[in-house]
Amino acid sequence: MIIRYFAWVREKAGREEETLSPPETVKTVADLIAYLATIDDNHAAAFEEANAIRVAIDQEHVEHDALIAGAREVAFFPPMTGG
Amino acid sequence: MAIEPTVRVQADNFDLTAETGKLTADRFDIGAVVTFTGLCRDEGGQLSALELEHYPGMAEAEITRIARQAAQRWSLTGLTVIHRHGKIAPGENIVLVIAASAHRQAAFDAANYLMDFLKTRAPFWKKEHLKAGGDKGWVDAKDHDEEALTRWDQS
Repeated sequence: MIIRYFAWVREKAGREEETLSPPETVKTVADLIAYLATIDDNHAAAFEEANAIRVAIDQEHVEHDALIAGAREVAFFPPMTGG
Repeated sequence: MAIEPTVRVQADNFDLTAETGKLTADRFDIGAVVTFTGLCRDEGGQLSALELEHYPGMAEAEITRIARQAAQRWSLTGLTVIHRHGKIAPGENIVLVIAASAHRQAAFDAANYLMDFLKTRAPFWKKEHLKAGGDKGWVDAKDHDEEALTRWDQS
């Protein structure tokens, strides 16, 4: 699965994207956040304010309780400031 | 049947007159065109530029979703949304919404709806660059932008 990061989540994570295969126990977006936060200090910093982070699966907005099964791309980013 | 909106996400500037002309050329059923242009402010002379990061692919997809919802909800003859990304200097354009309809209320409401949803649903993030050098970090999302969406709830 491709993980993408934007704005301050990208800066804190220290990368734009990465490809990884989370363990089978990771079922939901919230599980994935908890898993990613354990990778290293940068990831831990990126996900420190987990509740503030917005998520898209395959380029559609989802909530943290969404299931990640079948997802090709999961993106993490701050609340949006478009317009 | 609802019209199919035109949506573009681009680094380049846009031309309001040309874009409006595309919606109105050779048509005689349009009674109203509402345009909204969002520009970059300098925040009291502080900013040298706004940097707009976006999520390529999703930005177009999400704006298209919002625009199609507006086209379903109001009777429009045309709808164009253009959102820029990259570094934008104060005074330059950021976003354009053009809604055309037979009668004015549909065009006003659709343009307003588009902007409310773009603010909080379109995957763009603004970073403020300072004239003094360096940057002021990422612009925080505003609670009132999120609250503005509730006025569009359909009962």
